[in-house]
Amino acid sequence: MASDSGRDDFIIAIRSAFLKKGNRQKFSLFTLIVISILVLSLEYFKSGPVDKFRSITKDLIFKGSFFISTPFVYINKNYYKLKDHLEMYEEYKLLKQKNYNLESLSNENKFYKTEIKKLNNLIAEENIYSKNYLLSKVLLDQQSPYLKSVIINKGFKHGIKLGVAVKDKSYFVGKIVNVNVFTSRILLASDLNSKIPVIIEPSGINAILSGKGNNNFAELEYLPKNNNLKNGDVVYTSGVDGIIASAIPIGKVFINEENKYVEFFVDLNQLQFVKINY
Amino acid sequence: MTKIKKQKIFISLIQSFPLILLFFLAFTGFDLNFFIFSNSFSFNFIYILIFYWILKKPDRLGYGLIFLAGIINDVVQNFPIGISSINYLILCVIAAFIRNRTLVPSLLYDWILFLIAILIVSSVNYSILTLVFSFPIKYGTLMISSFITFLIFPILTKFFHLINIIELKEQNAK
Repeated sequence: MASDSGRDDFIIAIRSAFLKKGNRQKFSLFTLIVISILVLSLEYFKSGPVDKFRSITKDLIFKGSFFISTPFVYINKNYYKLKDHLEMYEEYKLLKQKNYNLESLSNENKFYKTEIKKLNNLIAEENIYSKNYLLSKVLLDQQSPYLKSVIINKGFKHGIKLGVAVKDKSYFVGKIVNVNVFTSRILLASDLNSKIPVIIEPSGINAILSGKGNNNFAELEYLPKNNNLKNGDVVYTSGVDGIIASAIPIGKVFINEENKYVEFFVDLNQLQFVKINY
Repeated sequence: MTKIKKQKIFISLIQSFPLILLFFLAFTGFDLNFFIFSNSFSFNFIYILIFYWILKKPDRLGYGLIFLAGIINDVVQNFPIGISSINYLILCVIAAFIRNRTLVPSLLYDWILFLIAILIVSSVNYSILTLVFSFPIKYGTLMISSFITFLIFPILTKFFHLINIIELKEQNAK
């Protein structure tokens, strides 16, 4: 008898939790869970009016999020500004030590560019990637250990395509993973789900650059067993996937015990404007 | 502005605090994270917020608004739209169930039940994301995040409790 009444109480409590609306509730939890499942099932429609509606909704939410985040973006920007300011003297000393000869480097660069052009003509290599790019402003900076992405203010109305490379100055930042009407999402190279085919120079070894959730570096995977990588080797996009343009510099190799990492050239915490190939 | 009017504004602000915080967290994707030995850890603030307020004062957070916050969170965090709403609503069901069954509330009791609740929610989240959407999500990271959320629960509960007390004091003063 006692166990029967206990079971009845249990069932009543569950039923009440699912169906009771409460004083100021307009919907029961059961109704809302059913609606959520229906909304979730709409994810299967990747085109047509559902997709258009989803794109517009995302645009609106991103704009709202942009306005709400404005004070925090301002604080964040000023924090990095102050940090840069405080580190200026140290940086100056470091640059002085390095003693760059910019003129000779520039001439060397010109020479290599002409050489590459000649060699490409010799092997009849065609550049399949567009040299056109769009300059875009970063609207939202989504940075957490599980998600490293930014939202930009250009979408398919501006000609943005899925999967293309995104650069800051001339350095690789990430790729486009989501395109809406007026906004797009860039998955940064540091994201846990980011896998970029790369080539390491001067050895010419191909590998995959895998994000580790840290904005300073990423790890090199699928390297040949007997590789002779050294600290300071430069990593470029290889372009073997046919979507991301080749030869975009990403960072420098640094070796830590058994693992090989790449330190990014770009500070992924401070992106304000980016360039997108289209 | 008269003193009564100021007090009224203050009370309504305190009363809508959980709702403001919920939408702020959803819109900004604000993820409180901290570093221990150069490893980054984060916890899910929204889970604690929803669980506490549905358990203690369910009229402060409307279920419909929780659903909407879930949709916003999905868009901002790049999840399939609707998944966070399901998570939050399951958390609401568990909190409402605990509320119906609890005679003498205690922090320890709530804390242990919160662990069970987030384990259920995380399991549902992981199952839907991996089985239905083949979404790349690491089980280890999800579990660490859930565990840290569980550890932080008493601290935030104390903070929310303090807000509750301020509200009661203001209402009594009226």
